[in-house]
Amino acid sequence: MDVIGQCALLAAVRGSPGNMSIFAPASPGAHSIVDLAILTFVVTGLIFVVVEGVLLYSVWRFRQPRVEQTGEPPQVYGSMPIEVAWTAAPTLIVFFLVLVTTRTLWDVEKTQPKSKPGDNTLFVNVIGHQWWWEYVYESYDGRILGFVTANELHMPVSDDDTMRPVYLTLKSADVCHSYWVPRLAGKVDLIPGRVNSLMLETKEPGLQLGQCAEFCGAQHANMLLRVNVDTPEEFERWLANESKAALEESAVADGRAKFLAQSCVNCHAVRGTPARGTYAPDLTHLMSRQTLASGIIENTPETLADWVRDPQPIKPGCLMPAFGLTERDQQLIVRYLLSLR
Amino acid sequence: MTQPASDLPVPPPIAPERMLKPAQWGMASFLLSEVAFFCTLIATYVAFMGKDTVGPTPAQALSLPLVIATTICLLSSSVVIHFAERSLHRGEQKRFLFLLAGTAALGIVFLLGTAIEWRTLIVDHHLTIGRNLFGSTYYTLVGFHGLHVTVGIVAMLIVLVLAIGRELTEKFRNGVELVAWYWHFVDAVWIVVFLVVYVASRSSGA
Amino acid sequence: MSSLVEQPRGIELADRPADVAMNMGWTAQAHEWATTVDHKKIGIMYVVMSIVFLVIGGIEAILMRWQLFYPRSKVLDQDTFNQLFTMHGTTMVFFVGMPILIGIGNYFVPLMIGARDMAFPRLNAFGFWVTLFGGVMVYMSYITGGAPAVGWFAYAPLTSNTFSRGAATDFWALGLIVSGIGTIAGGVNFIATILGMRAPGMTLRKVPFFVWTMLWTSFQILLAIPPLTAALTMIIFDRQLGAHFFDVPNGGSAYLWQHLFWFFGHPEVYILILPVFGMVSEIIPVFSRKVLFGYEFMAAATMGIAFISLSVWAHHMFCVGMGRMPDLFFAVATFLVSIPTGIKFFNWLATMYGGRIWFASPMLFSFGFLSMFLIGGLTGIMLGAAPFDFQLSDSYFVVGHFHWVLIGGTLFGTFAGIHYWYPKVTGRMLSERLARWQFWLLYIGFILTFGPMHISGVLGMPRRIYTYDAGHGWEIWNQLSTLGALIQVPSYAILVYNLITSLWKGKPAGDDPWDAWTLEWMTTSPPPSYNFEEVPTVHSRRPLWDLKHPEDPDWQYE
Ligand code: HEA
Ligand code: HEA
Ligand code: HEC
Ligand code: CUA
Ligand SMILES: [Cu+2]
Repeated sequence: MDVIGQCALLAAVRGSPGNMSIFAPASPGAHSIVDLAILTFVVTGLIFVVVEGVLLYSVWRFRQPRVEQTGEPPQVYGSMPIEVAWTAAPTLIVFFLVLVTTRTLWDVEKTQPKSKPGDNTLFVNVIGHQWWWEYVYESYDGRILGFVTANELHMPVSDDDTMRPVYLTLKSADVCHSYWVPRLAGKVDLIPGRVNSLMLETKEPGLQLGQCAEFCGAQHANMLLRVNVDTPEEFERWLANESKAALEESAVADGRAKFLAQSCVNCHAVRGTPARGTYAPDLTHLMSRQTLASGIIENTPETLADWVRDPQPIKPGCLMPAFGLTERDQQLIVRYLLSLR
Repeated sequence: MTQPASDLPVPPPIAPERMLKPAQWGMASFLLSEVAFFCTLIATYVAFMGKDTVGPTPAQALSLPLVIATTICLLSSSVVIHFAERSLHRGEQKRFLFLLAGTAALGIVFLLGTAIEWRTLIVDHHLTIGRNLFGSTYYTLVGFHGLHVTVGIVAMLIVLVLAIGRELTEKFRNGVELVAWYWHFVDAVWIVVFLVVYVASRSSGA
Repeated sequence: MSSLVEQPRGIELADRPADVAMNMGWTAQAHEWATTVDHKKIGIMYVVMSIVFLVIGGIEAILMRWQLFYPRSKVLDQDTFNQLFTMHGTTMVFFVGMPILIGIGNYFVPLMIGARDMAFPRLNAFGFWVTLFGGVMVYMSYITGGAPAVGWFAYAPLTSNTFSRGAATDFWALGLIVSGIGTIAGGVNFIATILGMRAPGMTLRKVPFFVWTMLWTSFQILLAIPPLTAALTMIIFDRQLGAHFFDVPNGGSAYLWQHLFWFFGHPEVYILILPVFGMVSEIIPVFSRKVLFGYEFMAAATMGIAFISLSVWAHHMFCVGMGRMPDLFFAVATFLVSIPTGIKFFNWLATMYGGRIWFASPMLFSFGFLSMFLIGGLTGIMLGAAPFDFQLSDSYFVVGHFHWVLIGGTLFGTFAGIHYWYPKVTGRMLSERLARWQFWLLYIGFILTFGPMHISGVLGMPRRIYTYDAGHGWEIWNQLSTLGALIQVPSYAILVYNLITSLWKGKPAGDDPWDAWTLEWMTTSPPPSYNFEEVPTVHSRRPLWDLKHPEDPDWQYE
């Protein structure tokens, strides 16, 4: 089955890091969906071939220059047995489709368990914002985590012995969004006023890409998703680092003061400082992220400087304005941000 | 259409169909769309019932005595218009005019009742459409119903003006029948609105 | 093909409306059209309006495709793009799809049932003008500094004041309420006409199939549009009066909007397809020279679709987290639609089978419909398989699906109808040569535009994105799509050209150019304003067949 799924058309992107094909599943859930997909492809494909075949045959066989007769062809008004037959056949097919759909539905929609020690399970709250993702790490393996980060999800990889699933609790801070990492799972919407959940687990380490899939306003197109699947050791290291408050380096004390004096703190939080804003991404460990602004640009000193100078050309319409900082202030602030590892 | 030659098959005679008149079908199908409209508003009302975090709640704000009185007016107006129609068919024009005016008057009383009720709600209970979910759904549902009552009254007044001192034709009678259908529909909707708003949501405690 | 029957010639040529119009001054003509209550003129105005909007909506689509040609291209900015797809979707659904079908129905339902007009001619005119006004109103939003940018299903709370400032969303909602009132007026009128004004002898079991589908479409209109009207009113109350229906922080519900919208939205898509089923059910028999196979089953299937379609709406909401049981329920209901649709399909095939198929342009477009709608229906089944939809929903696969049914189904079928009935409306034939060009350009362009969308969707491309990054394997498919769209442009241009120039260049059509069987072919082309000199009497579903074959009439077999 799988082999057909990864057929020629889709081979182009297999293996490349940009691959977001639903036919390259990297998790059990995505796998069962592919199995269902292939079944429906086969069923509908057969229907297609038969019906289109009859259509083309009739058109070819009974087209006018071919059929040479005078007067009208025999008029056939209908036939009860035939009608019954071609009502029954689709009904049977529908019955079959219902069965396989039900099976897969029960396969992929998982109810969320309670966190307990030794379960190797990660619990994360995901909050969709226009146009970035907030991740609140609740607990892992029964340990309470309680830190906030943004835009790049880290999760541990599963292996043959241990599954290390992630349960995401999905909420929205403003409008509807949808969480979609095609290789890991089908999408689930984040709807204000509702709480949804989604489970991810995979044995494939590395980066998985995705994207917000519900139109959520101006920058919906740039609300990208990145899921870093780490080895358990890497993941523990990452957790340990994220759990800490921001570093205080004396070398950037100036920048820190500048940052705290600006309006940045109204929107952003940096743990361990008076910056406690919740409107925008948490910056405590900004430099542990590979990208900025929900995955649209790489996180380098240059791009960061550009972003702080004026985010609008980079992500037009995004909810962070330009502040008209002096060149010096801006450099200081960027230098400070660069220390937030 | 044609006279078939004698040796050709002869079609069976055409049985006349007994169906409603086009205008009746028109009104019936229009009312069907109104049913869909009010069902949506009622479903919305029910969906938000008891979901409010700020008051006033239906139990706090709605009082029954007035609305029971106006409900009785509205429902009895349905009976009155029925008799109005009857007298129209019997050709008792005076009586018809009197009964129709009575129907309209009962409708107006109903609207006045609503006006008084809304005044109390707004002034005493500070319930406006923007106050809470109850306000939003209540004014929308009851307001649209009231709008329909108003349309019905206007229709009846037009009929009255047209009918005074005039020979009443068949066409006119058909028109009156449709107005009556509409009026019965508006009443029926009120029964549901009453049950949902004044009975169910009031007693649901919220 | 000459008709076998002497037909009543109602009026002298000089009295025909078109010729009368020729002799009138420009203002007199404009006045005539603006004040007309003749169902035929109103029908023409509906169709013309739809084609104008089709070109507008098409231009919007071309702009979007231009932007999507390259990854990270900068032809349009995000706001313009988001406005474009909102206006494109709204235009195509509300101001192209529905009015073109209502227009054709307006012209032909009375003619096909042997009536002299619709039941309520003035209401009919009102319906048209109000629909047009609604369309103009939606476009007026551009004047206020930008069109709405919320998508055609305008999910709350994106439509609230907080997230959509300015008046655009209000214009959008008001415009749709207004045009919705026009549509409801049309639905009421059709029902009253069809149920109350059929020619003597034409029982409900003998109405032409197109009329039958218009009847059920009208019921769908009456049940689906008012909920939309109510929901749009709530949006306006929220925005203008501070109500809280969709205002989540104050207890309102974003989820409720989705239910209300799709309770309208799903029946809406069948409103867009049922009349088309009716048109091809008229055309296929005539051009296969055979009676429609299994009329009763076709009729029952139409009712089946109309009923089932009221209970499948939440298949647009599989990803909102309804839970397994509701997901399953709506998946099953969705699958069930395929059974009656299949019945229709098989009956069309059986009608063609054993016939003598004449590939004039109406049949060509019907063939396009049959061969393409099937695909769109089958991708619909894939979407209906709920877990599969978790992956496909809101991806370009869905965009592929619905264009396949809307163009491959609705538009191909409508074009079949337009080519079939143009001679009746104008008294002239459309150019077959141009029609063939139009068909093949559309067929190829359409497949090339929307086929690749299924693939980019499966490769993870969400819909409604104004730009995308390279490296996901999406570029080539988007480029093919854009190319296909460009191939479609001349096709629509040819249609417009053909429709206009054939008015005077076309071959005179005669009353019954296709040797057809329903009542509209009995009167002159174009029909006189009163349609029939003498109200015809009907004994079977094919009254003209009975006339043409008095020795073997249809009523013997029905
Ligand atoms: C003309 C309009 C039209 C028509 C006719 C259809 C027909 C169908 N549609 Fe489609 N649909 C749309 C217009 C239409 N749709 C639009 C506009 C949207 C998107 C809205 C938006 O999001 O913007 C949409 C979206 C949409 C979705 C939601 C996707 C999503 O957003 O996640 C789904 C899911 O179930 C769906 C399913 C179907 C099905 C099952 C049919 C069925 O009716 C098809 C039935 C036909 C067949 C199956 C083929 C013939 C049958 C046989 C040969 C018999 C044998 C077959 C079997 C037994 C399978 N459609
Ligand atoms: C009947 C309905 C219909 C029709 C016909 C079309 C036709 C087309 N559609 Fe559209 N489409 C929708 C209904 C329809 N669409 C809907 C409902 C949506 C969803 C909106 C939303 O998400 O909110 C959508 C969305 C949609 C998208 C997705 C946008 C997005 O998600 O980002 C795209 C992208 O390519 C697209 C493309 C096209 C194209 C290329 C055509 C082409 O077929 C158009 C071709 C037509 C022309 C090119 C006409 C131009 C003609 C001329 C220029 C000739 C002029 C000459 C003279 C007058 C002499 N459509
Ligand atoms: C009005 C609120 C607001 C203020 C004030 C603000 N920001 Fe932001 N900032 C945002 C928002 C919203 C985002 C997310 C943008 C997006 O991705 O769409 C953001 C994103 C960022 C990011 C990228 C974060 C990431 O995880 O990718 C950085 C870095 C940043 N801001 C720095 C600053 C600095 C430095 C200041 C002060 C000079 C500042 N911000 C002031 C709202 C604000
Ligand atoms: Cu968030 Cu789209
Ligand atoms: Cu649907």
